[in-house]
Amino acid sequence: MEERTPALSMRNITKRFGSKVIANSDVSLDIYPGEILALLGENGSGKTTLMNILAGIYYPDEGEILIGGKPVTIASPKEAFNHGIGMIHQHFKLVDVLTANENIVLGMDKEGMLDLKTSAARIKKICDAYGFEVDPDEKIYDMSVSEKQTVEIVKVLYRGAEILILDEPTAVLTPQESDKLFAVLRNMRNDGKSIILITHKMNEVLSVSDRVAILRAGKYICDRVTSETNAQELTDLMVGHKVSLNIDRPEPVNSKERIRVKGLTVRNIDGVLKLNKVSFSAYSGEILGIAGIAGSGQKELLEGIAGLQPVEAGSITYVNDDGTTEDLIGKDPLEIAALGVSLSFVPEDRLGMGLVENMDLADNMMLRSYRVGKSVFTNRKDPENLAKQVIKELEVNTPGVHTMVRKLSGGNVQKVLVGREIASAPTVLLTAYAVRGLDINSSYTIYDLINQQKKRGVAVIYVGEDLDVLVELCDRILVLCDGHVSGILDGRTADKQTIGMMMTHIKEAADE
Amino acid sequence: MFDIVSFIPRAIAQSIPLLLGSTGEIITEKSGNLNLGTAGVMYVGGMCGVIGAFSYETSGKPMNGLLSVLIPVVCCLLGSLIMGLIYCFLTVTLRANQNVTGLALTTFGVGFGNFFGGSLIKLSGAEVPSIILTNTSNFFRTKLPFADSLGWFGQIFCSYSFLAYAAIIIAIIAGRTLRKTRVGLHLRAVGESPATADAAGINVIRYKYTATCLGSMIAGLGGLYYVMDYANGIWSNDAFGDRGWLAIALVIFTLWNPTTSIFASILFGGLYILYIFIPTGTNLANKELYKMIPYVVTIIVLIITSLRNKRENQPPEGLGLPYFREDR
Repeated sequence: MEERTPALSMRNITKRFGSKVIANSDVSLDIYPGEILALLGENGSGKTTLMNILAGIYYPDEGEILIGGKPVTIASPKEAFNHGIGMIHQHFKLVDVLTANENIVLGMDKEGMLDLKTSAARIKKICDAYGFEVDPDEKIYDMSVSEKQTVEIVKVLYRGAEILILDEPTAVLTPQESDKLFAVLRNMRNDGKSIILITHKMNEVLSVSDRVAILRAGKYICDRVTSETNAQELTDLMVGHKVSLNIDRPEPVNSKERIRVKGLTVRNIDGVLKLNKVSFSAYSGEILGIAGIAGSGQKELLEGIAGLQPVEAGSITYVNDDGTTEDLIGKDPLEIAALGVSLSFVPEDRLGMGLVENMDLADNMMLRSYRVGKSVFTNRKDPENLAKQVIKELEVNTPGVHTMVRKLSGGNVQKVLVGREIASAPTVLLTAYAVRGLDINSSYTIYDLINQQKKRGVAVIYVGEDLDVLVELCDRILVLCDGHVSGILDGRTADKQTIGMMMTHIKEAADE
Repeated sequence: MFDIVSFIPRAIAQSIPLLLGSTGEIITEKSGNLNLGTAGVMYVGGMCGVIGAFSYETSGKPMNGLLSVLIPVVCCLLGSLIMGLIYCFLTVTLRANQNVTGLALTTFGVGFGNFFGGSLIKLSGAEVPSIILTNTSNFFRTKLPFADSLGWFGQIFCSYSFLAYAAIIIAIIAGRTLRKTRVGLHLRAVGESPATADAAGINVIRYKYTATCLGSMIAGLGGLYYVMDYANGIWSNDAFGDRGWLAIALVIFTLWNPTTSIFASILFGGLYILYIFIPTGTNLANKELYKMIPYVVTIIVLIITSLRNKRENQPPEGLGLPYFREDR
């Protein structure tokens, strides 16, 4: 291969937060025109920080950035745009009440009146060139997640970006939408643009990237040409030691019906039907996976069982070991617990509903146990010990039990939450997106934990988004499509394509 | 008989401080700053104008019309600008809590006004507890020359002073700027989602400072209008009342739209003085009930607006939240 000039080079970049936390240490990285570079690393390995430096969000403490061979400084997002760098953030940076068009022209330098007609024409041109579909006059809050992402990409291209950075773009997309995105990315690469892709999903790295760069604990480890490597090697490099990539699926033992749901119908606050006559059973010692496009009713289903969601019709029954049954509908979460029914719930939005971010680990543990004991004063010793135990068993990376939860990274927060829920020794464990945003290593820790619960005879209901994991981990998979059950498959025989199809099409035959 | 021809001009005169206050607060809130100090800012604006006018009137020189308007206006703008700057420095630069800062500024502003009010009353040696600036006020209240010759039409549409027309023009300009221009779009984005605006290359801090200071200056003019025009140049401590708070309520009532605020202010202004125009006889209790109307309407309006859940009608999403780029 002949010598090429990198489109962008980072030389010896170091970034610290405060005096203790070193997010990036002496990182040097090149990206060439017409290439897709996958940036791989565990949670907290500094990928996002490094990219935020390029996007002008953070300023590096040491090191230099070269674009087309010339050193530059990027002090603000605006300067990043001027250098042709555009970043699509994991949490979309769009203003909900504005239209796509207004969002795209936002911050563009030209004073005076808005000329939305000209910009709409330019947007259309960009869309036609790369195969996007965007309605310039649609408001962002009316858009689906994948449409919002498209607006983000068009926004970056509109500014003439030559180097695009995508931070976990597929975390919120269906497999079909991801494929569409990758097709667009390949188009852009063939057009000579440089693309940096941050992702945790190994199959995506292998299918779409040309080269992989690996970060570990803030340091640059090495890079590999994608076609000359494999998932095992990349994972080992990323984690720093050998890891097994197989997810265990022990045979269910002594399975008994635990939760019976019949004809469950739920409307949300706006009167929109979120669940339509959903019926299924969950068994003890078994993992029931729930697949579906985001917003197909997963949240309502779990919240319905946990007693957090008013139910319009249908029944939810809890079956005791001796065969007697308890009706869960109409009971609030406290009453459900008082009946001896224990539901552990890992909500979708872990910080929103699961933990209080401004309280420390021990206090967060206490949120589940503050009713225990007769004294007026709370018992702080037990939660503290539990926190210590969770930190030790799940390898939570924290300075101590009295650190505020918001100071921890996403993966560690997740571990704390799952650890606490499991510690209450449930008979039914409800989890939603338990590994969202977690790196491979932490994800596998969570899978192990869930499997341990399964072996203990817990009925696990696992709402997941990664179909590869669902088919490897779950005994049975329930597919939701727009609030309907479009089918329940055996996890051992199910394949991704079938599930993907069922997520978008209701199988008529599935309704009795 | 209800005298509509004299009621409307009174209602409009009453509405101008509310309109200026709410326009200023809308501009401020569009940048994501919830300035509860508006009441204080209007107080300070009024007082600074009074200080300027008092110094000029008592300087002993013959009074020049232009100067006797210009000096109070400039003093008022400076005073309210400083209030805006204090608010911005505390909430934007030091990221202090916006509610606490705003309430503190209101307390401070009212105290500032009353302190200097008391001092000036003592200086002027007046018998009554007020400062009387009739000469300056006469210049402020200069009407359009042809107003009197146009009968009821002149009385309803042309009988106001320059500050009243300025208030309406400012509101219209503010409304158009917010909707139609790039600056307006950027300001809305800053208030909705500062992180997004920042990532799009908009200078969030500059927008917040500029909008809040400009908003404060406009609100401050409301205080000046009240003293010089509505109150005929007579400052009495605490006479300004709760107009600052009504202005903040108007912001919500108008769904953050300065153009709507023109009509909403007139409505509130009308309700404010309705009790004078409805014959109540000797029963003073009825009068007090009528005085309640603007506050009752405010409560009803707050209930109704909170029921509406259209996304465009919500407060700016970033309202009340501090912004720091490197926050994790």
